[in-house]
Amino acid sequence: MEDRRARTVEERAEAFTTLSWLPLKRVYRPEDVGDLDYHRDLGDPGEYPFTRGIHETMYRGRLWTMRQFAGYGTAEQTNARFHYLLQNGQTGLSVAFDLPTLLGYDSDHPRARGEVGREGVAVDSLADMERLFDGIPLGEVSTSMTINGPAAILMAMYIVVGEKQGVPMERLSGTLQNDILKEYIAQKEFIFPPEPSLKLVVDTIEFATRHMPRWNTVSISGYHIREAGATAVQELAFTLADGLTYVEACLARGLDVDSFAPRLSFFFNSHSDFFEEIAKFRAARRMWARFMRERFKAQNPRSWMLRFHTQTAGCSLTAQQPEVNVVRVTLQALAAVLGGTQSLHTNALDEALALPTAEAARLALRTQQVIAEESGVASVVDPLGGSYFVEALTSETERQAMAYIERIEQMGGVIAAIRRGFMQREIAEASYRFQQEVSSGKRVIVGVNRYAIPASEEKPVPILRIDPELERRQGQRVQELRRSRDNARVQAALRDLARAAEREENVMPYLIEAVRAYATLGEMVDALKSVYGVYVEEAVV
Amino acid sequence: MEHSAPIRVLAAKVGLDGHDRGVKVIARALRDAGMEVIYSGLFRTPQEVAQTAVDEDVDVVAISILSGAHNALVPEVLKALRERGAGDIPVVVGGTIPDEDAAFLVNQGVRRVFGPGADLAAIVEYIQRLVRPRAPA
Repeated sequence: MEDRRARTVEERAEAFTTLSWLPLKRVYRPEDVGDLDYHRDLGDPGEYPFTRGIHETMYRGRLWTMRQFAGYGTAEQTNARFHYLLQNGQTGLSVAFDLPTLLGYDSDHPRARGEVGREGVAVDSLADMERLFDGIPLGEVSTSMTINGPAAILMAMYIVVGEKQGVPMERLSGTLQNDILKEYIAQKEFIFPPEPSLKLVVDTIEFATRHMPRWNTVSISGYHIREAGATAVQELAFTLADGLTYVEACLARGLDVDSFAPRLSFFFNSHSDFFEEIAKFRAARRMWARFMRERFKAQNPRSWMLRFHTQTAGCSLTAQQPEVNVVRVTLQALAAVLGGTQSLHTNALDEALALPTAEAARLALRTQQVIAEESGVASVVDPLGGSYFVEALTSETERQAMAYIERIEQMGGVIAAIRRGFMQREIAEASYRFQQEVSSGKRVIVGVNRYAIPASEEKPVPILRIDPELERRQGQRVQELRRSRDNARVQAALRDLARAAEREENVMPYLIEAVRAYATLGEMVDALKSVYGVYVEEAVV
Repeated sequence: MEHSAPIRVLAAKVGLDGHDRGVKVIARALRDAGMEVIYSGLFRTPQEVAQTAVDEDVDVVAISILSGAHNALVPEVLKALRERGAGDIPVVVGGTIPDEDAAFLVNQGVRRVFGPGADLAAIVEYIQRLVRPRAPA
């Protein structure tokens, strides 16, 4: 090949890279994708290895699900937001829980102080879940729940709310995030040590495989890994490594791969480097398909398909000139759509400051609707397939992610790597490198380190305020519940739960019984803690 | 004041918020600037943070909080420091903190609040000057 740099003219920078520091050439040509075989490496949409999409018709058949994540304050407040979003054309629900719920504390626990209803909705018992889904027919609406440590408990609560509405669990449809491994790696909302936590995940998968054919059991999540500062390659590699760990754990339980693999789903971040994100989504599909078919010998094509939800990158949003966030979110959402996502959450412009106001949430939803209904990009499947650049970047992303996965496997797998702090350290390195580049001006953030305006010119953004009184009221409510229920039944259910955990039985039936008796989330978590213990991470700085 | 000893900083996470990206970046930046950084680890109570600050004899406490619980928890850290006779240790706060809350925290006794997008070098320099006002930057 001739040396084309001989004709170099002056360029803006010494070297060009993606946001994740993958080197970029000036132009991509046929030789950059010379080793690509169409049928082996791409396939038509709906064909193995699904690089171009999991469905033959993609958005020509059905648009992606517009699923805005929502939750704050009390169950009644979040229920009102759900109704508002559904009235505005949203097509599925997605619940955000507050931190005490995520960590297994009731609202009146001293550790919950200051946190109740702030980052999501407070759920202490079945009573709150009944209020949360009041007037929402669980047989018709699908619900995604962002819950990990106590995921099995929230799944049990959802099942019982369905029961009370007369909807059998066979008909419930939705997604439990239920990805505990990425908590140890990135988001850090864990309760129990990794091993019993993984066992709980397998319990939920086993239970849903038997009883809940429309339930997505795990949403294997790269989103939070990316938010913690990972590169696109790290996000892809660590997420797939987590997914492989869940598959192996289910196989060890004796489940047949084709019985549970079709219900695993994924959740990725869509960050600001447009083509890098599209390449990441396409590489993810190809890699997962090959793992499932070649490594795990799955026979059912549905086991090979990587289905995923996307959320635009919260960490890319700025508190300065927040209206510019609408533009960022638009580009990130477009990348997710061109990458073939199955559902999408677009962040609101005020999310660098607080939870979104109703108006900001609506504008975020409108952003998706413009892409879907006005831009024309939903009319052709994988329109960037075959681009020399996009294909070369897809292959490079895959190569680098595979190298990471091999390193993790050489360490003895994901849990061993977590205990060594490997992923945590890799992410912290990338995060620090990025921040230094921002600080030095090498990396531009519009409105922050370039094109800033004086603080006096910044328009104040309306902030969603959470009433501090809410914490006291929610605390009182759970105390009243403890007084008014059949406590003998609760205590028996909690004893049975702890015993089942000790005997390493599947805890799901025992959780369902405890939920029916109105045991609180904190009580159920404490029963499990008495057997499993708690996890304290060795901090890596 | 002893000028040869490095500045000691407690980088603290208080409450139930597990977001540690920011605190780790700050900890590294302060270390790179020659300071000694003690990281509290996650999920600390206000009392634990104050006790660590006293035990480790730090020059400054830097609290990172992204959960929205700042108005409840940060004043408790200040109170716990005063109760331990360490009310003179300056406290700075960083995280997703709206302007009006930042004003409230400063009113409570926090020296400075750094919101989203705050510059790393500016934070490092601020802490240097806070502890060593007369030292050449």
